[in-house]
Amino acid sequence: MYQFAYHRPGSLAEAEKLFSAAEDPKFMSGGQTLIPTLKQRLASPSDIIDLGGLKDLAGISVADGVVTIGAATRHADVASSAEVRKAIPALADLAGWIGDPLVRHRGTIGGSIANADPSADYPAAVVALNATVHTTRRTIAADDFFTGMFETALHTGEIVTKIAFPVAAQAAYEKFRNPASRYAMVGVFVARTAGGVRVAVTGAAPSVFRQEAMEAALGKSFTPDAVAGIKVSPDGLNADLHASAEYRAHLVTVMAKRAVARANG
Amino acid sequence: MTATGIGASPRRKEDFRFITGKGNYTDDINRAGQTFACFVRSPHAHATIGRIDAAAALAMPGVVAVLTGQDMADDGIGGLICGWMVHSKDGSPMKAGPHPALAQGKVRYCGDCVAVVIAESYAQAKDAAEAVAVDYHPLAAVVDAKAALGPDAPLVHDEIAHNMVFDWELGNYKETVDAFTAAAKVVSLDIVNNRLIPNAMEPRAAIGDYDSGTGIHTLYTTSQNPHVARLVLSAFIGIAPEHKLRVIAPDVGGGFGSKIFIYAEETVCVWAARRVGRPVKWTGERSESFLSDAHGRDHHTHAALALDAGGRITGLRVKTIANLGAYLSTFASSVPTYLYATLLSGQYDIPAIYAEVQGVYTHTAPVDAYRGAGRPEATFVVERIVEEAARQLGEDPAEFRRRNFIRSFPHQTPVIMAYDIGDYEASLDKAMQLIDYDGFPGRRRASEAAGKRRGIGLSTYIEACGIAPSAAVGSLGAGVGLWESAEVRVNPTGSVEVLTGSHSHGQGHETTFAQLVSERLGVPLENVEIVHGDTDKVQFGMGTYGSRSGAVGMSAIAKALDKVEAKAKKIAAHLMEAAPGDIEFKDGRFTVAGTDKSLTFPEVSLAAYVGHKFPTSEIEPGLKESAFYDPLNFTFPAGCHICEVEIDPDTGVVRIERFVAVDDFGVIINPMIVEGQVHGGIAQGIGQALLEHGIYSEDGQLLTGSFMDYTMPRAGDLPSFQLGLTTTRCPSNPLGMKGCGEAGAIAAPPAVINAITDALQIRDFAMPATPERVWRAANAVALAAE
Amino acid sequence: MTAVSMTVNGKSVSADVEPRTLLVEYLRENQRLTGTHVGCDTSQCGACVVHVDGVAVKSCTVLAVQAEGASVVTIEGLAKDGKLHPVQEAFREHHGLQCGFCTPGMIMTAVDMIRRHPEGLDEATIRAELEGNICRCTGYHNIVRAIEAASAAMGAKEAAA
Repeated sequence: MYQFAYHRPGSLAEAEKLFSAAEDPKFMSGGQTLIPTLKQRLASPSDIIDLGGLKDLAGISVADGVVTIGAATRHADVASSAEVRKAIPALADLAGWIGDPLVRHRGTIGGSIANADPSADYPAAVVALNATVHTTRRTIAADDFFTGMFETALHTGEIVTKIAFPVAAQAAYEKFRNPASRYAMVGVFVARTAGGVRVAVTGAAPSVFRQEAMEAALGKSFTPDAVAGIKVSPDGLNADLHASAEYRAHLVTVMAKRAVARANG
Repeated sequence: MTATGIGASPRRKEDFRFITGKGNYTDDINRAGQTFACFVRSPHAHATIGRIDAAAALAMPGVVAVLTGQDMADDGIGGLICGWMVHSKDGSPMKAGPHPALAQGKVRYCGDCVAVVIAESYAQAKDAAEAVAVDYHPLAAVVDAKAALGPDAPLVHDEIAHNMVFDWELGNYKETVDAFTAAAKVVSLDIVNNRLIPNAMEPRAAIGDYDSGTGIHTLYTTSQNPHVARLVLSAFIGIAPEHKLRVIAPDVGGGFGSKIFIYAEETVCVWAARRVGRPVKWTGERSESFLSDAHGRDHHTHAALALDAGGRITGLRVKTIANLGAYLSTFASSVPTYLYATLLSGQYDIPAIYAEVQGVYTHTAPVDAYRGAGRPEATFVVERIVEEAARQLGEDPAEFRRRNFIRSFPHQTPVIMAYDIGDYEASLDKAMQLIDYDGFPGRRRASEAAGKRRGIGLSTYIEACGIAPSAAVGSLGAGVGLWESAEVRVNPTGSVEVLTGSHSHGQGHETTFAQLVSERLGVPLENVEIVHGDTDKVQFGMGTYGSRSGAVGMSAIAKALDKVEAKAKKIAAHLMEAAPGDIEFKDGRFTVAGTDKSLTFPEVSLAAYVGHKFPTSEIEPGLKESAFYDPLNFTFPAGCHICEVEIDPDTGVVRIERFVAVDDFGVIINPMIVEGQVHGGIAQGIGQALLEHGIYSEDGQLLTGSFMDYTMPRAGDLPSFQLGLTTTRCPSNPLGMKGCGEAGAIAAPPAVINAITDALQIRDFAMPATPERVWRAANAVALAAE
Repeated sequence: MTAVSMTVNGKSVSADVEPRTLLVEYLRENQRLTGTHVGCDTSQCGACVVHVDGVAVKSCTVLAVQAEGASVVTIEGLAKDGKLHPVQEAFREHHGLQCGFCTPGMIMTAVDMIRRHPEGLDEATIRAELEGNICRCTGYHNIVRAIEAASAAMGAKEAAA
């Protein structure tokens, strides 16, 4: 790790002020991606602004058909929340499959989506459930939030404060892990929402994406068979040591099928 | 059997410190005034080095020194060595290029050490290492051993043509050719044994310390064989005379072969400590372990099996190209030769075997012994081709194996080994029973009904362990003898210290060795202390590898115990005024035969140190004996492992549904510990078959350089294992032991691949069977149609 | 340098550290608690697991300064009044360790796992819960047995209480 200055602001306002005063700052939430990145010396921020002191940023509430999760809420707390499990069981499942139990005790939902790792799990839930991302400056619709690999619509210095997930009629997540890193090699989140069926895929491409052909098919018939025949194009999908684009494309269909089966219980 | 003697499973004596966080591993040790080393490593697989500019690094905070290969050469420090001489077919000795600890003029693999930065803290050393400017001129690299033999391949060492270290042979060539000419059927296979990266959980580490007052160097290091390290560092590398060099291997967090070898980093630390006048500590990061620990396996093999009309094996011919990496590691040349081809007879009566092995340099990390070392590669060849033969004959693979088993002992194979004893059918039968072999067709139908594919695979393996008679290994090229030493010190109170040249890095010697002493001397287990891993305490020893510590190390202890008993009897005889021949010793008590006169072991021990109690002109005071034990033969553990898999054809995921291991390890000291060894070996074997693969890019970058890309077996990847034992007592050592440390790693890979090829009804499948590759194989027809 | 204060195994400690100091480095080097190990540099192996404010975390992926004010328990703090924790006992009884290097992290993970599963643990759950801990020696077989046994023993104790 390179040297950096460390700050632990007591308020969002202070965090923003520290950020604007620093040369090349980085916000840190749970640190479960940032710290490994720093250890590998792949980043050298001048300042780390630790949002871990902002206790108000954590918490879960369910009201009016919306599950609202504070940005600093740990994955373990989402996974074990009875309220989340009751309202959107798929979201609790997903949180319980992120990383490992130790990572889930530190990692946060806000950190995960702000980082926008192409193989992170939460982006699939945010997009498929058509969540709204609340920040220090505005609200951002799920479809507008993830803009590329490690890229989001967040402006410099803007902080995610909470994520509001409308309760879906049915939803499920299926994940195929990279055998080594255990990140999602392909993760598919399907949801029957007020605005129709949404299918979001993570891990397979540089950024989370919606699979419109599957959404259309599932809109007609929310059954595994409806997606079984849909062949996903490998064009633009990730390829690495563990999976070619063609295999990932195939897995999108398999995981989608299984997610629908799970959603149907 | 007592609760702590031979055959019992007392809980491990060493565990208390490990479960309470009081283990003492090398990185846990700190020396007053110590500095920290960080190595500058080559980012190129092959390059010449121009200027190394350390000025910027030296100006950074806390930096004490930046040292290079030139500095080592200036101090007269020699290069690292390979301790096993192999000769090519034409009688010429193997060709080994120089291996400086810090590169001199050239780097030959990614991670090759170029310089070392020594600083007040590790973070400072690492910061400064980035500031060392090295003028590299990159050259073309070759990472594949077959390609490295090509006419236009870049040379790893300019003076070694075709990168060929040796072109070696073993076996009866003419008889083999004749067997193939006369064969009713010939079966052949091309086989790849994938490169593995050992990944003991404790990374390698070293602290060099130098006492300028006494001139004594001390090296604390993660070693499986500290005495061999001292010998090599002093006699060959020239760090210090042997009596001025102390090597301590404290608690070591796993080895699996990778901590046998004498590496650059450890050498540099002990040298640099004198140079900078302060202790120098280096603890490898995992990324460095991936780059610089000796890797394992990496063979390309073509094998052919000759069969007569009755389905009997009449000949085996094997041609292997072995990737040795960029330098010859300490035992690199022995692994694909004498530890490999000598096991090609497997459990089968094969009258003619001929093997050719070409050892090849490439621009990759050195390759050396990794759990099993040569024997997994041999077993994979034999058990894959035997399976293929059975399938081509349309025969049950178990029955084909049964027909070809060796049934009388001793059995001389055509490839050096003389198997002393075994009962291969017994382990096959027991394994088939444990896995419910007869019930498999029903289970397969059930899987198929659920859209899955199910397969079963056998592996009837043999290994040669307890390496080995000095005369035998010496005649095959070993630079050292492979005996073991032991010293048994009985204290006046009757407690016992045993000094052993074996080294425990997870095997539980502090318990099993104490069990032997407890049983023999009748002293409680807690009154026995096993001392190992310090060249100042133990006179000499060969260390722990090749499943040798039981068969060889404990045999040495047994021999020393014989001497202790003999002397104690003399003392007891004098004390009880009887003839030494009339003294019986049992359960810790000396008795005069036919009388009620007796003394306890502590009573005799105390008397041994009280000189006026017996005539010291006839019997020396004290009770301490030592022994060196040189085995009569290798030992030959053998057994049968059976694996049953279920494959999800939609994803290619292979699940191990059942794994049965029935092994014959001869006499067992502690069944609990033996089972643990088997579990761990199987996990590494399954890891090789399904998960693990060390992969270099064509230009020599290690693509699997961390746990993010190199798939380590995790709990969820593995099932619980079902174990069984059969026993034939080993006649070649006094305790009847054979060794158990490597069986799983040797037997499991072919069992898994035989199961997968059975499930998919395909002829061959290269390891590791990753989901995508299995998915492609399971859907080959459909995918080809697209 | 940044001042950091925390409680480690019940004892208040404080020090000035570079912000880049990891919690595991702080424990090993400043506090000389070397039972917590480092087995990788990519936050995967779990040899470094400790409890921070009652939950298991990878101390190689927490900055020491992030633990300001926290209560940290390491393997050295698990045994109480000279009596081993039931998980420590179970690892010894069931031969859940060989070289011992991954063991502190395994035990700290297991204690946390059992806390989160008062209903008891089956083999499949234990194996899934061990996602973040790598062992190279045991093949996990006896680690699973040890955790099963500890879970049962601790559940039985609570039921009796």
